[in-house]
Amino acid sequence: MRLTQGTFSFLPDLTDAQISSQIEYCLQRGWAVSVEYTEDPHPRNTYWEMFGIPMFDLKDAAGIMREVQECRKTFPNRYIKVNAFDSTRGVESLRLSFLVARPDEEPGFELLREEGPGRQVRYALRSYATRRPEGHRY
Amino acid sequence: MNSVLKQTADDGAHDASFNLETAFRDSHVADVLEKLEAELVGLAPVKTRIRDICSLLLVDTLRRQAGLSTEALSLHMSFTGNPGTGKTTVAMRMAEILHHLGYVRKGHLVAVTRDDLVGQYIGHTAPKTREVLKRAMGGVLFIDEAYYLYRPENERDYGQEAIEILLQEMENHRDDLVVILAGYEDRMERFFRSNPGMSSRIAHHIAFPDYTSEELMAIAQLMLEQMQYVLSADAQSTLREYIARRQTQPHFANARSVRNALDRARLRQASRLFAKRGASLAKQDLMTIEAEDIRASRVFAEPAPVETQRQGELQT
Repeated sequence: MRLTQGTFSFLPDLTDAQISSQIEYCLQRGWAVSVEYTEDPHPRNTYWEMFGIPMFDLKDAAGIMREVQECRKTFPNRYIKVNAFDSTRGVESLRLSFLVARPDEEPGFELLREEGPGRQVRYALRSYATRRPEGHRY
Repeated sequence: MNSVLKQTADDGAHDASFNLETAFRDSHVADVLEKLEAELVGLAPVKTRIRDICSLLLVDTLRRQAGLSTEALSLHMSFTGNPGTGKTTVAMRMAEILHHLGYVRKGHLVAVTRDDLVGQYIGHTAPKTREVLKRAMGGVLFIDEAYYLYRPENERDYGQEAIEILLQEMENHRDDLVVILAGYEDRMERFFRSNPGMSSRIAHHIAFPDYTSEELMAIAQLMLEQMQYVLSADAQSTLREYIARRQTQPHFANARSVRNALDRARLRQASRLFAKRGASLAKQDLMTIEAEDIRASRVFAEPAPVETQRQGELQT
């Protein structure tokens, strides 16, 4: 099941040229761009691993593209996303976040039901991938 | 140049003719070159080299239009010259020129020294250097006093690591950034001799000559114009004399010395005006630097060597 998280996720995967121009747009706005990866694609997992520190004061997308390539090389079978952080006072949050790499095989999510007292049912979502220990998921 | 162009036009699949003049006009290089000519006095070899590079890049643009191969040109440069000969200023212009010619995408200048590249402990240098390189991408990386990167007396110095990363990037990412190394002539020479890899990767070694006293005079005029001051007729000849004397003294730093001299003259002018603060002042009085403002300099006192040292400009 194809993971749909972040901007552009219902579109076909972006090409490198498209990623580059998206980053270019972010830099024009003065946002700080960072690269993150994870192997736990749960929608509530907001804390992905940082690949290097966020890049401030960059003028050109080439530097970030290299960081993306570097991350793909180091973690060939993970989810990788690019975040753009707007540090303007009063905003101070992510403006844009999109996937730039995904594992070859995405097993999707399992819906868990838990019986509570009084016929109450609690639902949970769990990625099939997270059944295996970290480092062996994809 | 024209015959070559004509030939390619004849040979090329496109029969369109290629006009260097239009390309030149479109690139807005003319404005930058004009500014260079107007704001930089002297420096003939530097200007010639810049013009050469401009022509080559323009011809390359046309070649690309004609479908001819354009080998990515290596534009890493080294600027050598005595203090105050305009290395930093030219580097800044260079970023602008290369941007107008479409060689670098953004045209910003990232000026760094050893401190920005070299780390303080093992494993600190590489990320630090890469960080700087990332910031410089799409523009020009200007490394001032580059010879400090290499410290032969300390074999565990991390500078060597920074040099290696730089070399690698200069080779692999030619289209992403231009590196300019700058420094004093003799020390740069020693630096290149001990780092032959660096020397061979730099295509353009540009030497900045010292200014003649006439050129220094012109520079002074330009500076005063920018600061909105004028020299009285007397002051002009005094300044000429000052420059001639200062040139023979140690720690002479070309245009920087002139700037400092003018700054000190401004101070003296201010105290002269302040001393007779009862009198009303005209705008002209506020603008004019008199001969006595320059004459008060220690340079005219035929100072002892110790004094000259104090007078001498500190290099930063």
